[in-house]
Amino acid sequence: MPKLTINGIEVEVERGTTVLEAARFLGLPIPTLCHDDGLTPYGACRLCVVEVANGPRSKLQAACTLPAEDGLVVQTHSARVERARQLLLELYVATTPQSKTIQDLASRYGVTQVRLAPEFEDCIQCGKCVRICREQMMAGAIDFAYRGARRKVMAPFRPQSDICRQCGACLYICPVCELRCHGAEAETTLCSGCLNFAPACLDYHDHAMCFLDPCVACELAGPLRQDLVWPEAKRPESPK
Amino acid sequence: MPRLQSRADLEARRAAGLRARDPAKPCLAVCAGSGCTASGAPEVLAALRESLQRAGLEGSVELKSTGCHGFCEKGPVMLTWPEGTFYNQVAARDAKEIVASLSNGRRPVERLLYRDPTSGQRVQREEDVPFYRFQQRVLFGNNGRIDPKNIDDYLGVGGYAALANVLAGFTPEQVVDWVKRAGLRGRGGAGFPTGKKWEVMRAQPAAPKYLICNADEGDPGAFMDRSLLEGNPHSVIEGMIIGAFALGAREGYIYVRAEYPLAVEHFRVALKQAEECGLLGENILGSGLDFRIRLVQGAGAFVCGEETALIASIEGHVGEPLPRPPFPAQKGLWGKPTVINNVKTWASVPVIVNRGPEWYAGIGTAGSKGTMVFSLVGKINNTGLVEVPMGITLREMIYKIGGGIPGGKQLKAVQVGGPSGGCIPASLIDLPIDYEALTEAGSMMGSGGMVVMDETNCMVDVARYFMEFLEEESCGKCFPCRVGTQRMREVLTRICQGQGAEEDLKLLEDLGWMVRETSLCGLGQTAPNPVLTTLRYFRDEYLAHIRERRCPAKVCKQLITYSIEPTLCDGCHACVHVCTTEAILGEKKAAHTIDAAKCIKCGACLEVCQPKAVLVT
Repeated sequence: MPKLTINGIEVEVERGTTVLEAARFLGLPIPTLCHDDGLTPYGACRLCVVEVANGPRSKLQAACTLPAEDGLVVQTHSARVERARQLLLELYVATTPQSKTIQDLASRYGVTQVRLAPEFEDCIQCGKCVRICREQMMAGAIDFAYRGARRKVMAPFRPQSDICRQCGACLYICPVCELRCHGAEAETTLCSGCLNFAPACLDYHDHAMCFLDPCVACELAGPLRQDLVWPEAKRPESPK
Repeated sequence: MPRLQSRADLEARRAAGLRARDPAKPCLAVCAGSGCTASGAPEVLAALRESLQRAGLEGSVELKSTGCHGFCEKGPVMLTWPEGTFYNQVAARDAKEIVASLSNGRRPVERLLYRDPTSGQRVQREEDVPFYRFQQRVLFGNNGRIDPKNIDDYLGVGGYAALANVLAGFTPEQVVDWVKRAGLRGRGGAGFPTGKKWEVMRAQPAAPKYLICNADEGDPGAFMDRSLLEGNPHSVIEGMIIGAFALGAREGYIYVRAEYPLAVEHFRVALKQAEECGLLGENILGSGLDFRIRLVQGAGAFVCGEETALIASIEGHVGEPLPRPPFPAQKGLWGKPTVINNVKTWASVPVIVNRGPEWYAGIGTAGSKGTMVFSLVGKINNTGLVEVPMGITLREMIYKIGGGIPGGKQLKAVQVGGPSGGCIPASLIDLPIDYEALTEAGSMMGSGGMVVMDETNCMVDVARYFMEFLEEESCGKCFPCRVGTQRMREVLTRICQGQGAEEDLKLLEDLGWMVRETSLCGLGQTAPNPVLTTLRYFRDEYLAHIRERRCPAKVCKQLITYSIEPTLCDGCHACVHVCTTEAILGEKKAAHTIDAAKCIKCGACLEVCQPKAVLVT
């Protein structure tokens, strides 16, 4: 069984364990956005980077995808890691300032300034929805399309997929809520769950949005956008 | 073609090929690489053929098309054998004269010889041209001598001898040991020791094992892999077969960009010929080794040059990188151990076997062995492909081989290593070119792109340009690369437009550091290099844009104005004719003026003005 050192603590773990799992086993908190215990590691949000010594040199590597190997020396909260996380979170806040998950993380990691104009993106492309749909719901109804700045999550070619069962797993797992319900338009929305409940959420939400817990964007997007005063605040035209 | 059953068969075929060839028979060898093809090589070939027929020489003079010589600037180029006369910038109308010279006492056509711009002397032989004199063409040397579509040409220059030697007398461990002792490092950019990679692969118990040749050369302005595949595809195939023997692989892939049609065509022909000869397939040369190569074409994504993304692409997935470890040598194509090497790395393997690891390790510096191929482009007199020993200085590269900067301008910087390489300032011109020195200077070897920049290049604009390229080519999987490059480009654009603030420099440094440290793959990890190096070496230029709202190189359009100096203007109206926005006013024979509101700062007037009355401030 591989034996590794995390923050000076030696730990022996089973083969196949990731460094993230080993660190969490020791009770060391490592922030993540794209990781979920029930899904395959993806390594896209990069928040879980840790400093891994490799001989005289060390580098930052994502803990969620790094297999725990014999002799690894890992630092989860070194100055370099903290700086990287702070800068990443600054960029996350600028990208999706309306997300409570991201705001909480930013405040926990001491982000005190955001030097970039907010973009109010709906999605950070953590890929959780894509993976839960494929791996847990066995549907594979949605995936990433396009590349780079135009990359987005969608069903093939049109808004609603033939194989989507409208289970809502994607909404459930989204940290910033991309595929949220935009109102009770059965033709274009993904879940339309609100239509089946009484009272329908439309009855008490002016701006019809999905109520499935924990959809932070629904609760916070409205008031936050008005309260915050951003430098050169703008809502850019959608690049999608 | 009969299958070659043994080493003796191979040697017999080689000898037969050489016997059939009269070394004294005149031969006209025209470069038919992509560069010369674009500048008219097919027409030259056709005209030569016609002239030979007219002169009744088609039986006694051989005419062939060869691979790229590297001096694309002077294309189409050709050689006449046996003298080795080098003609450059040949046109179809010169064919008659060239053919006539063959029977005319074989005196070369003087006006088609290369003229040394410094001495004004005509140079007859290729190796005396300064561009070639300081090169060491280990991989590219045969490009100009062989017809890439004819396996007998490759056999004629000693091709597949390394393979025969390996199959006859080497153990697989010995091959790996030789590659290791030669100190060969990956030529694709990162410079990982090839022998070490091969050892990791050999230690894997899983089977089958795969080999991949990475020919997804995506850097703008870089074309050495294309040239080698077009000009000498068999050298790559031979390297891969030797690799298959050493690593226990039965199947190999070559991943070529679809944008390289000629390379794909030549490689296909070479594969077919090698299969027909029994150099690929089952029981190669009677040794019991089975190996096949499949050709896969890329679909245009820059990121697919990254090994894990390339593997995903071959498997039919979206070309997005995966985290390493596990490395492909442990778990690669179809989840099996895979060695993936660059075109030039594979082509270096037969050279090492032929000349011995000590010979190879004797070239270069302590940490970087052998030769490296650069594509020398930008503000340089001799544009083209250059193969030099590692450790040569930038000064030798630019002034001896490159022939200096055109127009007597000052060298400002050299961007080494492709779009995500760093800009090395003119003050570091004596820097030796090897993996360590370049990394220390904030750049990298990369694929070997080398863009020379002079005083008319704005370094902020250069950083912005490359950031735009990388933003476009980021696959978008990991957050820092997708969003970080986008935000850095926005900040750089702002500075170029004269709307930057001094805090922006700190912001750029922070973002650049973060993208470099946290990105998933090599694309993101190197993407900030142009920004970070220009900030390090050309900070004053950034500050001029921010504090004085001034672009010292007079490139950033928002920060410059065009005007006409009335005392110099002779009123010739030339500028009025080229101005597309009708921004230039004035009667003929009277001084003109530019309407700043209409001027789009395209620079057309500047180019046509004879008395140099157009001023840029």
